[in-house]
Amino acid sequence: MRPLVYRRAASLAEAERLLAEHPAATLLAGGMTLIPTLKLRLARPSHVVDIARLAELRGIDGKDGRLTVGAATTHAEVAGAVAVRRAIPALAELAAGIGDPQVRNAGTLGGSVANNDPAADYPAAVLALDATIETNRRTIPAAEFLVGMFATALAPGEIVLRVGFAMPERAAYRKFAHPASGYAMAGVFVAEHRDGVRVAVTGAGPGAFRWREAEAALAKRFNAGSLAGLEPDASGLNADIHASAEYRANLAGVMARRAVAAIQ
Amino acid sequence: MAKVAMTVNGKAVALELEDRTLLVDALRDALGLTGTHVGCDSTQCGCCTVHLDGRSVKSCSMLAPQADGRAILTIEGLAGIEGPGSGDALHPVQQAFTECHALQCGFCTPGMIMAAAGLLAENPAPTEEEIVHALEGNLCRCTGYVNIVSAVQRAAELMRG
Ligand SMILES: Cc1cc2nc3c(=O)[nH]c(=O)nc-3n(C[C@H](O)[C@H](O)[C@H](O)COP(=O)(O)OP(=O)(O)OC[C@H]3O[C@@H](n4cnc5c(N)ncnc54)[C@H](O)[C@@H]3O)c2cc1C
Ligand code: FES
Ligand code: FES
Repeated sequence: MRPLVYRRAASLAEAERLLAEHPAATLLAGGMTLIPTLKLRLARPSHVVDIARLAELRGIDGKDGRLTVGAATTHAEVAGAVAVRRAIPALAELAAGIGDPQVRNAGTLGGSVANNDPAADYPAAVLALDATIETNRRTIPAAEFLVGMFATALAPGEIVLRVGFAMPERAAYRKFAHPASGYAMAGVFVAEHRDGVRVAVTGAGPGAFRWREAEAALAKRFNAGSLAGLEPDASGLNADIHASAEYRANLAGVMARRAVAAIQ
Repeated sequence: MAKVAMTVNGKAVALELEDRTLLVDALRDALGLTGTHVGCDSTQCGCCTVHLDGRSVKSCSMLAPQADGRAILTIEGLAGIEGPGSGDALHPVQQAFTECHALQCGFCTPGMIMAAAGLLAENPAPTEEEIVHALEGNLCRCTGYVNIVSAVQRAAELMRG
């Protein structure tokens, strides 16, 4: 790791000031992505600004059909929170399946969405749960926030404060986890809302995406049988040493049917 | 340089370290607590698992300054913490690892034991499936895990008394 200066922000205002003063500074939350990246020298920030303990980034609150979760909430906290389990059990289950216990005790919701790893779990949830990402400057709908592989709409100096999820009528998430890392080879979040069905796929493509064909089929009849034989178009999906694009397309179909079967 | 004040195994320590120092290096090099191992140095193997405010974390993937103001428990601090008057007695998880022969070379063992103790603190009666899920962040290159899972079940029994 290159030498760097560690600063723990005592308030959101101090974090903003540190980022403004040091253009090569990076935010540090759980560090589960950033610290390994620093060790590999893939990132060489002059400063890391620790926001993990900021009160402004904490708290879980459900009202008016939306569940708001602070960006610094760890995956373990999301998995265990009664408010999450009550409002959106599928979201708690998703968090409980991220990585391993040590990763869940440190990694955060905000770090995960800001990183937008194409194989991460939360990106599927934010799309399927019509989420909004609230930053220190604005509120961004999930579909506009996730702009591509490891890329988001965040501008320099912008900090995710919390994520607001629509509470669905019913929802489920199923992933085929990579056996070593736990990351999704394909993960599908299915949510039925009062105004329609949303199906979001992660792990299979260069970024999480909504699978409209499956949404239309489930809108007609919410049953795993409605998805029989359906899979997303393999062109444009990821192919690597772990799986071909066709294999991932097939997996996405299977995970979608399993998710629906769990709640139909 | 960063000033790091934390509680390690119940004792207050104050260190002055380079900002980029990893928590595991602070424990091993600055404090001489070499029971916490470094296996992969890349967040995969769990050898470096310690408890931070009671929850297991990988100390190779955390900067020491992130632990400022927090309480750290390492394998060296585990013996004797189960109940008053237990003195230097092995922690039930350590005892069970011995009884069930849950180690061969022992390299992964401190991390396994800390992860298992973390699980049992939250879930005193885990099923076999829950134990396997809870040890997903810990790799053992020797044992094949069967005896490790038995040891965690035995430890749960010992802790329930
Ligand atoms: C072994 C292992 C297994 C894993 N398995 C999975 C898995 O199965 N599924 C999965 O989804 N993920 C997995 N992860 C990733 C994990 O979920 C990370 O916690 C997450 O990607 C990053 O969160 P963090 O809080 O650790 O962020 P950090 O590593 O601290 O930061 C990541 C990036 O986000 C930025 N950032 C952090 N917080 C904010 C904020 N509030 N506002 C703006 N920018 C911010 C940082 O500057 C940095 O660029 C795994 C990680 C490891 C090490
Ligand atoms: S040494 Fe920390 S996880 Fe392997
Ligand atoms: S006992 Fe050798 S690595 Fe686990």
